[in-house]
Amino acid sequence: MSDVRIGVYVCHCGKNIGGVIDPAKVTEFAGKLPNVVVARDYMYMCSSPGQSLIEEDIKRYGLNRVIVAACSPRMHEPTFQGVLKRTGLNPWLLQMVNIREHVTWVHDDVPQRAEEKAKELVAAAVARAAHLHEITTEKFPVVSSALVIGGGIAGIRASLDLANAGIKVYLVEKKQSIGGKMAQLDKTFPTLDCSQCILTPLMVEVSRHPNISIYAYSEVVDVSGSAGDFKVKVKLKPTYVDWDKCTGCGTCVEKCPGRAPKEFDEGLSNRKAIYFEFAQAVPRRPVIDAEHCLWFTRGICRVCEKVCPVGAIDYSQKERYVELNVGAIVVAIGYELYDLSKIREYGYGKFKNVVSGLQFERISSADGPTKGRILRPSDGKEPKTIGIVLCAGSRDEKHKKYCCRYGCAAALKHVYYIKHSIPDAKVLILYTDIRAFGKGYEEFYQRFRGEEDVFFIRGRPAEIFENKDGSLIFDVYDSNTGQLVNVKADLVVLEGAVEPPKEWESLRRLLKVSCDPGGFALELHPKLRPFETTSDGVFLAGAIQGPKDIPDTVAHAAAAAAAAIGFLSKGYVESVPYLAFVNEDICSGCGLCASVCPYDAITIEEKEGKRVAKVNVINCKGCGTCVATCPSGAMQQNYFTDTQLLSEVVSLAGGVK
Amino acid sequence: MGEEEFEPRIVVFACNWCSYAGIDLAGTSRIRYPYNVKIIKTMCSGRVHPEMVLKALEGGADGVLITGCHPADCHYISGNYKTMRRYLLLKKVLRELGLSERVKLEWISASEGDRWARVASEFVEHIRKLGPLRLKEVVESE
Ligand SMILES: Cc1cc2nc3c(=O)[nH]c(=O)nc-3n(C[C@H](O)[C@H](O)[C@H](O)COP(=O)(O)OP(=O)(O)OC[C@H]3O[C@@H](n4cnc5c(N)ncnc54)[C@H](O)[C@@H]3O)c2cc1C
Ligand code: FES
Repeated sequence: MSDVRIGVYVCHCGKNIGGVIDPAKVTEFAGKLPNVVVARDYMYMCSSPGQSLIEEDIKRYGLNRVIVAACSPRMHEPTFQGVLKRTGLNPWLLQMVNIREHVTWVHDDVPQRAEEKAKELVAAAVARAAHLHEITTEKFPVVSSALVIGGGIAGIRASLDLANAGIKVYLVEKKQSIGGKMAQLDKTFPTLDCSQCILTPLMVEVSRHPNISIYAYSEVVDVSGSAGDFKVKVKLKPTYVDWDKCTGCGTCVEKCPGRAPKEFDEGLSNRKAIYFEFAQAVPRRPVIDAEHCLWFTRGICRVCEKVCPVGAIDYSQKERYVELNVGAIVVAIGYELYDLSKIREYGYGKFKNVVSGLQFERISSADGPTKGRILRPSDGKEPKTIGIVLCAGSRDEKHKKYCCRYGCAAALKHVYYIKHSIPDAKVLILYTDIRAFGKGYEEFYQRFRGEEDVFFIRGRPAEIFENKDGSLIFDVYDSNTGQLVNVKADLVVLEGAVEPPKEWESLRRLLKVSCDPGGFALELHPKLRPFETTSDGVFLAGAIQGPKDIPDTVAHAAAAAAAAIGFLSKGYVESVPYLAFVNEDICSGCGLCASVCPYDAITIEEKEGKRVAKVNVINCKGCGTCVATCPSGAMQQNYFTDTQLLSEVVSLAGGVK
Repeated sequence: MGEEEFEPRIVVFACNWCSYAGIDLAGTSRIRYPYNVKIIKTMCSGRVHPEMVLKALEGGADGVLITGCHPADCHYISGNYKTMRRYLLLKKVLRELGLSERVKLEWISASEGDRWARVASEFVEHIRKLGPLRLKEVVESE
């Protein structure tokens, strides 16, 4: 385009920009730059009148480039592209200048310098904008199916919502049963409903739903393709039981002589070598644990094979793989408990009567190791004094800096379990703060605050020691009273820190999702888009985005499902605008571009007797690595051509006088 | 003397997915850093052509900072590995020219707003110590 007509719009963003620099001065400066036909400032450019202002100018002045100096393009680029679209201009003739996040919010101590910087950034954008060109994108159909990874309450809720909207759902769970942590809980705060009673009907609904296929005891090992058309490879780990033949009768489990610690009871009881994860498991199918099976370890036994009425036992089973084709992916892998033995001073793992909150849930559960009677692990005696330690490893520089968001309310719930089961027990709550922020949580807290024999001590134990009889002693400095308290307890419960599951590191790389400082999945926007990611078509549900209680997990999961449904029901995805393209006249067909492309999107082809590079628009994701490698400048990238970037570079490097 | 303190001009390349987001986060968290750094966005650090770095120095910048996602975190799988290799080669050339101290590669993730502020401050101080480059004046006088 020879006749470049630029409009520059400088936003005050209330005081966010206008309180540090003078937008009018920046506007005045911009108005004198080459090709600028009109420049204006306005209080809120993104507001409806702000947008109309630009729209009218485009029409009145015949603008063919628009520059908006405001917040980060990550915030409002789509908003202002919409303005261009409405007037019939190609949206890629817009250039944003980030004068809020990159200028006024960080240089408010040097307002004069900030204003200079804003001018320089605007000048560079004007230089660059002259070289912008129209970009058209292509539309591709989406596959109307979804993968949900993780079958805790988040994955269950998301799967049901998706399936009820008519979408085919593949639910991949690494354990043999869905249910997640919630299945291990006895009751749930703050209402104290029985956890299994509200969870298991949903688990059954998932298993019966015609639109849901469960892949339990499985994991995602590869993801390729892109939003709307992902190819996912799932590994089905060997269970040594043919689940199609098996009816879940349980005879094998009954007769099996092998023993191993039961994971579901957090190691507090034993299970057989062939076992169901727990009684209400869904799918209700057993697995042989080869590490403890007598046939696998010593070559004897084979009892399960003999007693199985349907011949489902298969010791030769190998891992299998399935390939799924889905349009969207919902990540719902939750969290794991932090290894509490890392907090040396608490003696977890060393002293039998120091247990985790989750172990205490099992001790209190009717289907747990003690059939719901609160007995301490070392000798099966009823504890009379119980210490509950909050923030065990949480809000702690040495361990996890963040709050676990379940510990305070779980501790109060645990007081309830104790007082309900052992009315004369004495409970000491060792806390840092009591955070009772959820709906009904403060009321729940007040209910226990005044209870007889329940003492709130503000402090963490210094070091826990074990007596010969298994009881525990420790000192704690109570910062409320300023006194050192010596405690002797029969049982200590640690409401421990949480962290993302171990496999998250490799999984997030397959999905190209970033993580926050705690390692949890990074959302697209912490407030406005907390269940989406920077990876299109990949959504987050539940505690993998950050610690959550069940109400928040469910709300988050339903929102993720709604977002995924919205994404899939649109029916198409657009190709990335930032595609690479070749100037065939100067391409020598050297193939360096093809060798660096991470997506094999470039091939070298014969064309009119000459070798030239060709870009496959479906595979190209728009990174531009090929462009930076091309020795002749033949390879270019939409919106990031050499000319565009170099004009920006030169302008910024030289500055303005 | 009475001369004003030398204020370096620094051009920064930031990839859209990690570093640009991390730099934005410093803003949202109101973490101050020197105004001297001016950011240019590319989709991936792998897009940063050596010519862009040289043009920046030639055009008047006293230093150039290239930023990208941490190893294994690139949104485009391996773009940042290409960046790293290209950077090492570029450093060799720059060393011949006595400019290698003026260009640096740093990994900034989307959650490292505070680290970005630190990296930016340190780089500005480093270039301040090296003094002005004045390559533009040299080039223009020739
Ligand atoms: C001791 C304790 C007591 C609690 N009490 C309460 C309470 O009373 N009330 C309340 O509201 N909240 C409570 N919570 C919090 C509650 O547990 C969580 O809110 C809830 O479990 C989060 O659900 P989720 O589905 O996100 O994660 P999870 O429950 O952790 O489920 C994640 C699922 O994903 C699976 N998974 C993990 N990695 C993979 C992988 N790579 N591939 C496939 N599948 C994978 C897991 O096996 C699991 O099934 C408590 C937590 C603890 C620790
Ligand atoms: S996207 Fe950040 S380095 Fe490639």
